[in-house]
This record gives sequence, C-alpha cells and structure tokens, in this order.
Amino acid sequence: MENTADKTIITVVGKDTVGIIAKVCTYLSENGINVLDISQTIVSGYFNMMMIVDMNRAAKSFVECQKDLDAIGEQIGVSIKCQRAEIFEKMHRI
Amino acid sequence: MINIFEVNETNNMVEHENLDVRTITIGISLLSCIDSDLKKLNQNIYECITGVAKDLARVAKEIEAEYGIPIVNKRISVTPIALIGGAACKTSEDFATIADTMDRAAEAVGADLIGGYSALVSKGMTKADELLIRSIPIALCRTKRVCSSVNLASTKTGINMDAVRLMGEILLEVAERSKDRDSVDCMKLVVFCNAPDDNPFMAGAFHGVTEADAVINVGVSGPGVVKTALEKVRGENFEVLCETIKRTAFKVTRVGQLVAQEASRRLGIPFGIIDLSLAPTPAIGDSVADILREIGLEYAGAPGTTAALAMLNDQVKKGGVMASSYVGGLSGAFIPVSEDQGMIDSVKAGAITLEKLEAMTCVCSVGLDMIAIPGDTKATTISGMIADEMALGMVNQKTTAARLIPVIGKGVGDTVEFGGLFGYAPIMPVNRYSCDEFINRTGRIPAPIHSFKN
Repeated sequence: MENTADKTIITVVGKDTVGIIAKVCTYLSENGINVLDISQTIVSGYFNMMMIVDMNRAAKSFVECQKDLDAIGEQIGVSIKCQRAEIFEKMHRI
Repeated sequence: MINIFEVNETNNMVEHENLDVRTITIGISLLSCIDSDLKKLNQNIYECITGVAKDLARVAKEIEAEYGIPIVNKRISVTPIALIGGAACKTSEDFATIADTMDRAAEAVGADLIGGYSALVSKGMTKADELLIRSIPIALCRTKRVCSSVNLASTKTGINMDAVRLMGEILLEVAERSKDRDSVDCMKLVVFCNAPDDNPFMAGAFHGVTEADAVINVGVSGPGVVKTALEKVRGENFEVLCETIKRTAFKVTRVGQLVAQEASRRLGIPFGIIDLSLAPTPAIGDSVADILREIGLEYAGAPGTTAALAMLNDQVKKGGVMASSYVGGLSGAFIPVSEDQGMIDSVKAGAITLEKLEAMTCVCSVGLDMIAIPGDTKATTISGMIADEMALGMVNQKTTAARLIPVIGKGVGDTVEFGGLFGYAPIMPVNRYSCDEFINRTGRIPAPIHSFKN
C-alpha cells in the first residue's frame, strides 16, 4: 500500500442519501474490483468519499467501469469519478 | 498514501480552475521525405505524417479519460518546409501544395493544428526560403490547420533586416487575403528571434533539425490554478507569494510530465520536453492578466506590471523545473491580448499600450502576441515593430516573437472576433510616425558583442 501508483482512485461527491456506499461497493464486488482503502466525510449535507481500489483483476476495461459508475452516479444523484492514482501521486509527492 | 484532501484539490483544479494540458504535440522529421519530384514529395510527406501520428487522437482521448485531465489540443510539428521543399519547389505555388498536403494529413489523424510551414532565415535567405515566405499568404488562406513561422533573428547571427522588411509586406498580404474574415489568417503566422526547436505551442511550433525522427512535446497550462492559489495569500510578503507560485507551478507541471510520459509510452515515441508556459484562454478564470491583478495591480499595464511579470515568470520556471526532467520550448508566461480576458479588459480600460506590452516581453515569453492593429498600418511600420521585438530577443538572449493582426477595414475603437480559444480583441493604436528609411536599408544588423563567447 506504500505505492498507490498502479491503483485507481474513485471519488463520489454529491447530496447525502441512504445506500451510496452500498451501491458503489456492490458494483465493485460484482466486477472483481478490490477496495483497499475508504475515507469519507460529510460537509454540510454533502457526501464526499474517496476509495483506493485495485482494478488489475477487474472483469471489465477501465473505460467500461468508468461508464458504469457514471450511470450508477446518475441513478443516485451523485458524481462518481474514476481516475488512475498516478496523477495524484505525481502532483502531491516529490 | 494519497488522502482525500489531495484528491479533492486536484479535481478542483480541473473542475473549477481550468487546469488542463494545453497540447500534446508530436514533432515529426520530414527529412527522409525529400525528393526532387513534387508529387512524390507530397506523397512522402502525407504518408510520413499520417503514419507517425495515426494514434495521436486516440491516445490523447484515453489519457484524458483515465487520468481525468482534459487535453485541449492534439498537434503536429514538422521540419521547416523551406528545407524539405527546396529540391522540388520551383515556385511559391509549388510550396503551397505542401501546405495542402500538411492540412490533409493533419485532418486525417485528427490533429487540431500542424506547424512547420516555416523558414529559418536569421542570417540569410536561400532561394527556397524566399519562395516559401512568398507562398505564406497563398498557403494560409487556403488551408485550415497549417501554421507558419519564420525565424528572422538570433543572438548569434543578428537580425536579417531584408527578411524583416519582407515579412511586413507578407503579413499585410495575409491580412488582405482574409479581409472578409477580419484578417483572421494572420493568427496562423508568427515571426521569431531565437526560435526554439522543440516548441509545442502554435503558431510557432516546428520540428527543428537538431531533433530525432519523432518526439513528444507537451505544453501545460494553468493560469487559473495560480490565480486561485494566490487568492489565499493576499497581503502576504514576497517570500510567501513566490513560494505559493512555485508550489503551484510544480503541481501543474507534474501533470504535464505524467501526460507526456504516458503519451510517449503509448505512442512508442520518445519524450522530448515539457513547456512550462502559463498559457491563458479567453475563459473566465484562465487569465495571466488576472494573476497580475491578484499580485496587486489594478490592471495589467499599471506601473509595476513588468516587475510583477518578471517575478511571476521566474517563479513558474523555478517550480516547473523541479517537476520535470526535461524542460524546453518557450517556457514562460504568455501575454497574448485576444486570448486573455484580463488583458482585453486592460486594453478596453486604456491601462495597457503596445509600448508597455513590448516592455513586458523583455521579461517573459514570448512577445507581441495576438495583437490586433489598424488595417491601414504601413508594411514598414509593421516591420519596424517586428525589428524592435527581434532586437529585444537578440540582445537579451531569449526567444521573442511577434504575432500581429492588421485588420483590414478596421481601426482603433473597433473589435475583432477570432472565435473559440482565440478570443476577441479591441484594435490597439500604433505609433503613427514613419520608420521607412530605417526599414528600407538593406542587409542585416550584426550580432551583438556579447554573443562572441568563444
């Protein structure tokens, strides 16, 4: 876990509601995506979550997962982003 | 390990502060395409460009999606065409056929622009150089994506005043040919002193002869990110101000470095350089002039502007150099007028003049950029403005450039619309006094004394 460079970061931002984590995690488990870390806060009613996941054994391609997560986000009224962790590593670490 | 605040900071930069990678530019050497038969030459060029750059658009799209960072432009630069076409082209029209080929090839691979319709004439012009330069008005008015540049001077060679005089006339001809569209084709033409071989930004990109067969150069952006970071340190001392700019420039450049390395890996083309330039767009919150205002000026152009810009430019470099193993191109703050809403506001308020812009180009990249001037400006006056800008570059051992747009049929007080990323510009007044006799002298201005370093 020291190096997150080959991992993926999923961020979920939106109005808090019941079952956001459940929905996202169900999708991830159904598609062979392993969750390594979750952190989550609620700021003035807004749900803010970041997950570090391993997609190396995912059933679908990166872009397909992105599309699916996008659709799930739309269903529950939140924005779900799925990005390679390297961009954050590079920007915030020397 | 990455935390939620860092992730949010990065995503905020993209969503609210206009962080993007401004361009991935593939430099392609066309030296192997040279042939004395024009038809064969054009065919070679088309095959070479479409072969090397065939995956450019796809790879850029993939990187964009996977990392969540917008890549605004996909571009190509090629070896200066005056060198490539010399053996086959006997007329300016012959040269223009190469521009047609470049345009078709760029369109075929989904590149936004293609640069390198260029000549390097800082000391003298060959027959081919002159034919190419004279073909620029024909080439630019009948192509969409082709950009042209001419290197007129360098610290080592001095200023080729014959070419400076010619470019004044050529620029007016380009303006005249596109006068029904506000002389918009002038945007695709830039003249340089000390032009870099690895510049990824248009209109001045070309693939220098010192370069390998193909190379990936990336230009980053991010004026909005710097501006937002500075909002948090209002009233603080210069040390804090400089530190904040450096830290921000580091973060922005790291994104460029990552994109460049990924593009290089996926395309199988070596990585060249990152260009650290702060490149503005007309979008609100994507302005270099707004950074200057945030630093403490009422408008860009107010007294203190040159000092503030010098400091900004230097801190961007210091932060950026730490973030990338190879930095090159123009690397500095751009101060185009039409492409920067804050700069347009300054012109409208009467806060900035051409003379102040000229002073600002002494301390940043690149030069008098995207400046609309009255259409009745004389060719010799334009050449005089170009010569001044070349002298600044020559003496200060830096790259300078001029991208002026004489708008035929319009004068001071009018505004021109260039559309999209190119924005709009109020026409700026030009000094009306003559420099005819100076410009009409023939020959060149010798290299300055401090260029003799051997």
